[in-house]
Amino acid sequence: MRITPVHAVLGAALLLGTAACGSDSTGEAADGKGPIAVEASDTECSVGRTTVPAGTIEFTVTNTGSKVNEFYLLGEGDQVLGEVENVTPGLSRSFHVEVAEPGTYTTACKPGMKGEGIRGEFTVTGTTAGGRNADQKLTEAVEKYEDYVGTQADELLARTTEFVVAVKAGRVEEAKTLYPVARGPWERIEPVAESFGELDPMIDGREDVVEEGLAFTGYHRLEKDLWVDGLQPDTGKVADKLLADVNRIVAKAKAVELNPLQLANGSKALLDEVATGKITGEEDRYSHTDLYDFDENYRGCKDAIDALRPALKERDPELLATIDARFKDLDAALDQHRTDSGFRLYTELGKDDVRDLTVKLDAVSEQVAKVAGVVAQ
Amino acid sequence: MTDHAGVTRRGLLGVGAGAALTGAVAGIAGTYAAQRAEASPSPAAVGGDGYDPAAPVSFHGAHQAGITTPAQDRMHFVALDVTTDDREQLVETLKAWTRAAERMTAGAEAAPGGVVGGGPYAVPQDTGEAYDLEASGLTLTIGFGPSLFDGRFGLADRRPAGFEDLPAFRGDDLDPTRCGGDIGIQACANDPQVAVHAIRNLVRIGFGTVAVRWSQLGFGRTSSTSTSQVTARNMFGFKDGTNNLKAEDPQALAEHVWVQPGDVPGKAAWMAGGSYLVARRIRMHIEVWDRTNLQEQEQVIGRTKGEGAPLGQRHEFDTVDLAKTATDGAPAVPETAHVRLASHETLKGIRLLRRGYNFTDGSDGVGHLDAGLFFIAFCRDAGTQFVPMQRALAAKDALNEYIEHNGSAVFACPPGVRPGGYWGEALFS
Repeated sequence: MRITPVHAVLGAALLLGTAACGSDSTGEAADGKGPIAVEASDTECSVGRTTVPAGTIEFTVTNTGSKVNEFYLLGEGDQVLGEVENVTPGLSRSFHVEVAEPGTYTTACKPGMKGEGIRGEFTVTGTTAGGRNADQKLTEAVEKYEDYVGTQADELLARTTEFVVAVKAGRVEEAKTLYPVARGPWERIEPVAESFGELDPMIDGREDVVEEGLAFTGYHRLEKDLWVDGLQPDTGKVADKLLADVNRIVAKAKAVELNPLQLANGSKALLDEVATGKITGEEDRYSHTDLYDFDENYRGCKDAIDALRPALKERDPELLATIDARFKDLDAALDQHRTDSGFRLYTELGKDDVRDLTVKLDAVSEQVAKVAGVVAQ
Repeated sequence: MTDHAGVTRRGLLGVGAGAALTGAVAGIAGTYAAQRAEASPSPAAVGGDGYDPAAPVSFHGAHQAGITTPAQDRMHFVALDVTTDDREQLVETLKAWTRAAERMTAGAEAAPGGVVGGGPYAVPQDTGEAYDLEASGLTLTIGFGPSLFDGRFGLADRRPAGFEDLPAFRGDDLDPTRCGGDIGIQACANDPQVAVHAIRNLVRIGFGTVAVRWSQLGFGRTSSTSTSQVTARNMFGFKDGTNNLKAEDPQALAEHVWVQPGDVPGKAAWMAGGSYLVARRIRMHIEVWDRTNLQEQEQVIGRTKGEGAPLGQRHEFDTVDLAKTATDGAPAVPETAHVRLASHETLKGIRLLRRGYNFTDGSDGVGHLDAGLFFIAFCRDAGTQFVPMQRALAAKDALNEYIEHNGSAVFACPPGVRPGGYWGEALFS
């Protein structure tokens, strides 16, 4: 079902006595055309017509009570399809809402803006559109992103192979340089990679979260060996297993089928990863290369938003502009910590640096979180 | 229309749809005029004998609510840094905040349908923890810190004369992470969850424009700002704010609390009708105080602990007599007693509207409560009211042995918002 609320005609606050009241309204009800008059008092919510054909519906809401009122048209689960708020006593306000799907809806006045409101049933008639036509732009977004996941998976395999070779050859310094780089593609597609059950903890599990009965393996085990414990007798075996697990996940990632909502939620999940693991310095606790992962998660988010860009441009250009502005701020904050070879270590960051990054990350995340709602419209 | 009962998922509230429709449309015009005459544009004011702690407090008015409003029981205060240099973006945030504040103070969600109305795939616009709670007397009061006038937003010439960060006082132990802020918002309510919800949602709306610098929860009012309220006790166990300015004394408020047009000529005129908010986080050495005998405690404060009477007097509201001597010839109210030093007699007529809250932020890691008083006062001019008072206290107050100021801020709270206006409109227009 695709419903586009057309928000209230804000300039059209009319004094009572113009469109909404008087005997004319009864005439409207009879022929089923024109705006639907809603009279909202402190105790009643009378809706002039409660059965209308699918399409654009206009309500004119008149507050005849003494409290500030609101009027809503609600769908399944009380989803707001259209609303007009702040209707002060004595005023009338109009709004349009497009309802394409026939069915039973709910109207609600909320005198005093509180509670569930005074509700009534509202029926939209017509024939089911049979589901809306697939949005071409969203389909293209998914295709583009699935290709991207495939490319990143290939890159992950190539870089991890190089890293594993260095580890197994005992070239510790080289392996240390390769470690944050090898993980990059993984971090870019982390929500997809994490969706494959137990492969994630085997590849990217941290020592403190390894489940009972499972061995501590993967990138972080090798990180610990390289930075803290020195190479162990089983380091080579762990490296081999990492490469085998990465091979498996690459095959799965390349075959993954996503939908637009997963893409939107994934873009936000990548930022959540940064907020809960990277900006806290927990992810790479031995190497302190957390900012590399921060950057890769963040790039992955930007790439997902890029895939959705044409659809967002059409559906909510204002949100897209805000997201781009917030991206710019975070880019600048992160750029301050770039070095010739990559990024400063987490341990080299001051408290103010962490705060600055967190503030900019919050600003991005709050906006990116809105994308799923736009995609689901 | 349909007329079966109980058709909606969550049931019909109030009048059923059928009944409502019967009377539809016709005949409203006749009753309209009468209703409008009675209609109050804002929810009923709280106060007087019929105080209802759940009722809403009007957001709009000549002055901001939350100053002379009878002090609610709970507080959440937040100080924010503005993180953008874009003036327009800041103004948009102030507008969005005002809209949400108007709704939340009325007991409504931060946005229409904010909790569940966005549908299953959207992120809820309201965080939801106050969904079933009443307005609970919520007031939201905004103020602008001196740092907002530093030139980033073209406001430098609008800074009222003398409005600057508080000077250092003797004995201060200020923690920079508990000081200052470009913007301060005070949320007070009779339900702590309502106050926290309000700040949380305002902060959320502000992400990208502002960032939290520090925040403070207060769990019990320590001042009465209306004669209708009994005097509350602070964490030292003493009644606090007996001689406070009260909402019922408009002349004193005009003299000591509200900025008058003549105070802020020219480009600072936006502040007329506003008030300056001074916030001080005063940590109390609770454990040390608790080992102090009653006589010493009373000598330090200058009042009896039980009744709250000034020393040498019998009842709480008896006048503090600073000249009175005890039988031994010493002043009844000691020279270093808190009430003497803070009295308007000693301070040559200086008075403040105090509106502070007790706080306990858990413990300090070495076995002591991190507790005290989050002092809030409103005044017409911090530099000529709060500063001399605090200088006098910092120099001599016997209480200093038991307290430590570790947070400090001052904010210029603009006048009230008219319907359709926004916080700080006069400052930015």
